[in-house]
Amino acid sequence: MDVILFLAFAAIAVVCAVNVVVQTHPISSALSLIGVMGSLAVLYLLLGAEFIAMAQVIVYAGAIMVLFVFVIMLLNAGAESRRGRSLTAQLLGIPGFFALLVLLSYTVLRLFPDAAHVKFGGFTGGSAKDVGKLLFTEYLLPFELTSVLILIAIVGAVVLARKELE
Amino acid sequence: MTGVPLSWYLILSALLFALGVAGFLFRRNIITVFMSIELMLNAVNLSFVAFSYQLKQVNGHIFTFFVMVVAAAEAAVGLAIILTVFKNRETLNVDEVNSLKN
Repeated sequence: MDVILFLAFAAIAVVCAVNVVVQTHPISSALSLIGVMGSLAVLYLLLGAEFIAMAQVIVYAGAIMVLFVFVIMLLNAGAESRRGRSLTAQLLGIPGFFALLVLLSYTVLRLFPDAAHVKFGGFTGGSAKDVGKLLFTEYLLPFELTSVLILIAIVGAVVLARKELE
Repeated sequence: MTGVPLSWYLILSALLFALGVAGFLFRRNIITVFMSIELMLNAVNLSFVAFSYQLKQVNGHIFTFFVMVVAAAEAAVGLAIILTVFKNRETLNVDEVNSLKN
């Protein structure tokens, strides 16, 4: 059952990720990216990360992607033009992609030949309670710093996107 | 019933990361380039959570949480920059935004 669930949602994630890269219209890419994030949330649940799975759905698929879709609609972005492709990109693109993939996979298999087998329920430390306990004790300073970061980002976004006043 | 090897999760993460790099390098639309960055961040998050399972520690979840927060801040600022670029240049093509080159 674990294997079936993993393979199903990994396949959805990979198909959607390929779709993100090959679609020419940005709105199709955005909707495919929501598919990737949704299936990743299920994989997080399989790994025992309940809190992260919920945050993934709410923050990524909910907030960030809605922002993307709003901007795409606001700018009325059309399909990408296909002119001006460089010869180097055409020749090296696909081999380069597979080289990176093989290198990463080889490193993973070399370093973790007998790693744990993931079973649903094998790790139950990822609930909101456990994450919150660690977040508010050991990681309290980074947590507070991220609130400052978010504040700066909000101010920066407002300054960048506001209408110029004469 | 043995479950899924952890390396499958890591290879899926590598695959998503490689697709994100490919999208970042080959796409011309600035919004799609930005979405490829989000794809790469998600791939890294998957490795964090997978290693968290392997080591039976919650610290990986905390890092994933911080990555999400930074991604949200980055998306807000990045999309504001995209709006400004579009307002000034009427284009979303990254090849046409090259005033730093000359």
